[in-house]
Amino acid sequence: MRHTWTLTKVRMRLAIRNKAFFFFSLIMPLIFLFGALSMFARGANAWVGYVLGAVLTTTVMGSFWGLSVQLVTFREQGILRRFRLAPVGAGPMLASSILSNYFMTLPTVVIEMVICRWAFHMRSWGNVWAIFVLVTFGSAAFSAFGLIVASVTNTMQETQMINNLIWTGFLFLSGATIPLAIFPAWLQRVSLFMPATYLATGLESAATNLASRGEMTTDVLALALGIFVAFEISRRLFRWEPEARVPRSAKLWVLATMIPFLIFGTYENVRGSRLSRIQQDYRILSMRSMAAQGPQDHSGDRSGER
Amino acid sequence: MGEAVIQVEGLFKSYGTVEALRGVSFSVEEGEVFGLLGPNGAGKTTAVEILEGMRTPDRGLARVCGMDPEKSGREFKEQIGAVLQSTSLPDKIRVKEAIELFAQFYRRRANTDDLLRRFQLDEKRTAFYSQLSGGQKQRLALAMALVNEPRVVFLDEPTAGLDPQVRREIYDIIEELKRGKKTVLMTTHYIEEAERLCDRVAIVDQGRVIALGTPRELKHRSAGTTRIEVRLAKPMVDGALAHLDGVADWREFDGTYVMHSTRAPQTIVALVKQLEAESNELQSLEMFSPSLEDIFIELTGRRLRD
Repeated sequence: MRHTWTLTKVRMRLAIRNKAFFFFSLIMPLIFLFGALSMFARGANAWVGYVLGAVLTTTVMGSFWGLSVQLVTFREQGILRRFRLAPVGAGPMLASSILSNYFMTLPTVVIEMVICRWAFHMRSWGNVWAIFVLVTFGSAAFSAFGLIVASVTNTMQETQMINNLIWTGFLFLSGATIPLAIFPAWLQRVSLFMPATYLATGLESAATNLASRGEMTTDVLALALGIFVAFEISRRLFRWEPEARVPRSAKLWVLATMIPFLIFGTYENVRGSRLSRIQQDYRILSMRSMAAQGPQDHSGDRSGER
Repeated sequence: MGEAVIQVEGLFKSYGTVEALRGVSFSVEEGEVFGLLGPNGAGKTTAVEILEGMRTPDRGLARVCGMDPEKSGREFKEQIGAVLQSTSLPDKIRVKEAIELFAQFYRRRANTDDLLRRFQLDEKRTAFYSQLSGGQKQRLALAMALVNEPRVVFLDEPTAGLDPQVRREIYDIIEELKRGKKTVLMTTHYIEEAERLCDRVAIVDQGRVIALGTPRELKHRSAGTTRIEVRLAKPMVDGALAHLDGVADWREFDGTYVMHSTRAPQTIVALVKQLEAESNELQSLEMFSPSLEDIFIELTGRRLRD
């Protein structure tokens, strides 16, 4: 634990000194926030919370890119080799990258919330506790997913190719950019097998104050299982040497990371309540938005239920 | 005889079809500076990295401080310090931070400020790793190898690629380790380095130890001979050099004729006469007293730098 904390502090210092880190972890999410708010929430502050949830999701999911690229870079440059000589194992190396990334993500999350609340007149702070828990588990889960990609790829080129494929799915099939409620029914069902869906729907509900304790528990449980499986696999497949190649069979271990989400996806598909809640929340927000613009029917509003 | 701190017996290691080590054996005693001297690709780095616990031998025995480097984990790493053939650290880590970071992994720690002073890095303590020159990076690598006050120090080509001035600085540091009775195993392909620094040398070629002893013992094999290197305007008539007065053996390397002579003046006179007879001209002539290079030529028919 002491080694993990030592490495975490150094990694945070290195991140602060890295201009690219600032751009990708602060500037880009803010550009994305302002862009999304001006497109989807202009004059309709009922949607500000929803947009915040979506932008927080992409901010947190950014860990996926950051950690995979960093680990492969460290390996390719021979930096990990030097650490291998010291009495420090793969566990602290990986855990410290997850922790430092989490601590460095938190300020961006806070800034995004403050901007939405004060500059874009978000109705309330949302369910702050739920946001905090989801950001924490989401950051760790997507960091671990990034580490597992780095563990099973041999070159930066391969890492970026696989990252792009997975990232596209995370972005567009989870509700983080396009609301799940407007997807065709079959695609909504498919999205329930995506790890990003649990983070996106959770944060959107938490930021709009529409989250129920049951849904939150499922979201956090899915992400927690994802963290555990992905971390353990990436620890086992960890390579210190630039020239060490991962056997093809090991790449199948990545599929094991999907097991919790296959289970939760099947459960949610059979149960069906999550998708109906997502659609209901979307209708509520639409009605709130319309109500803010003129007299409307409030019969569908279930904010009082929660 | 002192206690063997490093023990290597019948070490074999292959990379695919390439046999890097083919039954290497040697031992290093407490407080001894032992050199593995050989050309690039001789297997020196593979042998050292097996002893550092970074590679697994195919067969054979490797022991450092009585421990199996591969299996002994933390206890083993506490006992050793190492400079890799090329050390890489994150660009934005500061000199002092790097030393402190690595020191914190160990139970026994040297004083950081002392190390900075000793390795003339005091003025560079706040400089980023990317701002250091090649020599400063190598001094930092040496300082990091000593953060745990190790019993055994491995130095893999510690002066490779450095200019002569920096190389001399590194020699001073190694001589300081020698005075401090550290056990040092170093690899090199520089003759003068091995002769100046090592108590004993193993000459390694194509994965085998072809000669082992003190530099004095090894050079004694060529005692009484002088190496004469000549370049000629035209190639020499086949076999003519072998018949010159005093020539014990001769070889040709890329247009340079290398002879070992027991009577150098007579050999030179005979050479000049032979050249006149062949209407050939002498372009250059150099004479050297016996060195480890001569042993290598004698045993392999090649030069160390080939």
